[in-house]
Amino acid sequence: MAAITKSFPGVRALDGVSFEVVAGEVHALVGENGAGKSTLMKILAGAYTADGGTIEIDGKPVTIDGPKAAERLGIGMIYQEFNLVPDLGVIENIVLGIEPTRGVFLDTKAAASRATAVLAELGITLPLDRPARRLSVAEQQLTEIAKALVRHARLIVMDEPTAALTDRETDALFALIAKLKAQGVAFVYISHRLEELPRIADRITVIRDGRAIETRATSALPQNEMIQLMVGRALEAHFPDLPQVATDAPVRLAVRDLRAASNVNGVSFEVRAGEIVGLAGLVGAGRTEIVRAIAGADVATGGEIVVDGKPVVARNPHAAIEAGIAFITEDRKAQGLVLGMTVRENTTLAHLAAYSRGPFISRAEEVGITNREIAELRIRTPSSEQAVKNLSGGNQQKVVLAKWLTGDARVFLFDEPTRGVDVGAKAEIYTLMLQLLARGAGIVMVSSELPEVLGMSHRILVVRGGKIAAEFARADATPEAVIAAAAGVAA
Amino acid sequence: MNPETPPESVHEVKAALDARSGDAQAKQRRQTVLRTGIAVVAFVVLIVIVNALTQGDFFTAGNLTNVLRQITYNAILAVGQTFVIITAGIDLSVGSLIQLTGVVMAQFANASGLGGPLLVIVTTLVGIAVGCCAGLVNALPVIRFNLPPFITTLAMMLMARGLAFKLSHGQPVPLKSSAFDALGTQYALHDLLAPLGMPGIPWAVLVMLVVVITFAIVLTRTRFGRYVLALGGNEEAARLAGINVRLVKMFVYVISGGCAALAGMLLMARFSSGSPQTGVGSELQSIAAVVVGGTSLMGGRGSVVATFFGALLIGVLNNVMNLLNIESYTQDIVLGAVILLAVIAEELRKRVFAR
Repeated sequence: MAAITKSFPGVRALDGVSFEVVAGEVHALVGENGAGKSTLMKILAGAYTADGGTIEIDGKPVTIDGPKAAERLGIGMIYQEFNLVPDLGVIENIVLGIEPTRGVFLDTKAAASRATAVLAELGITLPLDRPARRLSVAEQQLTEIAKALVRHARLIVMDEPTAALTDRETDALFALIAKLKAQGVAFVYISHRLEELPRIADRITVIRDGRAIETRATSALPQNEMIQLMVGRALEAHFPDLPQVATDAPVRLAVRDLRAASNVNGVSFEVRAGEIVGLAGLVGAGRTEIVRAIAGADVATGGEIVVDGKPVVARNPHAAIEAGIAFITEDRKAQGLVLGMTVRENTTLAHLAAYSRGPFISRAEEVGITNREIAELRIRTPSSEQAVKNLSGGNQQKVVLAKWLTGDARVFLFDEPTRGVDVGAKAEIYTLMLQLLARGAGIVMVSSELPEVLGMSHRILVVRGGKIAAEFARADATPEAVIAAAAGVAA
Repeated sequence: MNPETPPESVHEVKAALDARSGDAQAKQRRQTVLRTGIAVVAFVVLIVIVNALTQGDFFTAGNLTNVLRQITYNAILAVGQTFVIITAGIDLSVGSLIQLTGVVMAQFANASGLGGPLLVIVTTLVGIAVGCCAGLVNALPVIRFNLPPFITTLAMMLMARGLAFKLSHGQPVPLKSSAFDALGTQYALHDLLAPLGMPGIPWAVLVMLVVVITFAIVLTRTRFGRYVLALGGNEEAARLAGINVRLVKMFVYVISGGCAALAGMLLMARFSSGSPQTGVGSELQSIAAVVVGGTSLMGGRGSVVATFFGALLIGVLNNVMNLLNIESYTQDIVLGAVILLAVIAEELRKRVFAR
């Protein structure tokens, strides 16, 4: 790709980006949210058309004017949110759109043999007749990869492929990528997880403000320099220093023998004012389910939740909010935001009564509180009246935070607070957590990023099988010990 | 948030943002005014053309009043339907509820022994109670078992229609009292408008305007309205924000049932009888008005005022075609095409105005 430009109304999303991928190479694209990575990727996929610039494949200039064209050119896309049909099985999904037929009828045998041939080549086994909705994230991803290969993809573009994978699944994915590399398949690899790049990427291109800033061999680009290039300024230490928890700090949240049908099997712990308790564990261990049960999002079937000494009786989100619990969900688009509504409407949604006289909403008060939050959280938006769907991921996450900061919550449950968020916004979210601690809040944080759990928690609880399997004080928590406890093996 | 930023600058930023929010709201208002302006101009042009075609029959006080009176029932139904559709639901039962509430109210009025305005008020309340209960029955399986509203309201459509015929033995129930005549046929503000050559505003039209304005305010200015929009936009996010989504959903169907009862009352007053035949098929008319008004069937967006204009557009079309002596079969074809074109036009407009 050379000198690619793409403009949207009011925004120049890409400004002359050039880069190349050679056969058998993994080329990583890194950059903050809104830097232009996704736009670039969508141009490759044929979802957008470039306003200018050229794309060459094997030395020949091509035009990609639609998804079909991209497919014909051997480009396979694996989006962060997969494109599988939830009710179709693995085979049907792999051959979707290119189903072999005999006359007018589907040839299911041929479909099965084509799909299994690719899977065998990849050396992976999948439950072939299970509908996609019941596959694990990793299995869905493998299905997507097989789908691309059945279409003879020579270039596979992956967006945040490891975001929802466990460490073991990530290892398997990397092994698979290495195997395909050896066969000459090229990869464009987009990731926020900078620490994994040395393991997987051959070269790295840093994108900032719609421009390719730098392309270098991975070995020649240390992580701190990469971050500097991404943000365009030097960033201080990755994680801020956590203040000590006062020895006489009151218990903000006490959970006793909490149980829920969703995979919470007798969980007890306490969080004190000024303390961050990190929940670590593998995907599926029950971390999210624990915070969801505390927040009333799932119905707890047993146990006790106590906030500031008062038991939370009713088990629904409303009761939890009334009790002073704020739940910042993992999936902001599905659970955190009403995307079509404005920044203002989203910010005030959870505490609308506070900005109302009787049944009537006071728009002036809404605007006031929203603009205060926009200013304090440095949300990048033209105004409070912008629809949140037009904001970047990091700024959307800040709107979610704004929604919960406007109330008087004293217990904050963060589920993957920095997933899909760029480095700059990450640092801002950490700073915000410290400010909450200073206000006397207690925080429970679920994170799949081990460095984040280790760096941002006073105490770390390792969850396995819906129970607390181990507890570490910050000083004793080593990555090895936490991983061993999460996997259920001796360190 | 930013450690480099001194705290007082947050206030400066906020002041700038406040100004910008004001600007943004002013811009939205200008856009609304502009759009309304365009619509009004288009309407005037249309009226001039139509008036020429009908040799002046259209643009007379009498005819325009007639148009308003004719759309009354559909507009009131469509107001309730708007709330349901914003939550991505649908209410197919409203036509049958007109039939049922009409029969029930007529029988109640005849049996009650009351008279005068008191009869009107009590009967109307009875009808609205029946409509709201039906709405509740529509809503319960939706919120309790997550059934699609298409199914529950379809079932209610059949049950209510059957009940209306059963109660009335298939015959219209003539009203014994003349207390409803005022609502059905007479005019309000007669003295005020007489000098302008107008007979006044039909009472039914006045009721419709009150309903439209009240529910427009409910949707745009109250917490309940905001919750309806939020629920339609993202139900899970709304639930996790502490909104009692089940309760909001329930009220939406109750409102729709209540609106159907009100329309049933006005129709009963118009014809001096509660008929099990009146209102058949009007659920689809109301959905058409909502859709022509630009409310998305996907939920999350919608406007009561726009729905009113959707109903008005359909009403004007019907009226003009009648004046032009177009036969009713052709009228249906034209109406269907216009609904389709209106929705396509709205879709195009959204793309142009996007961002």
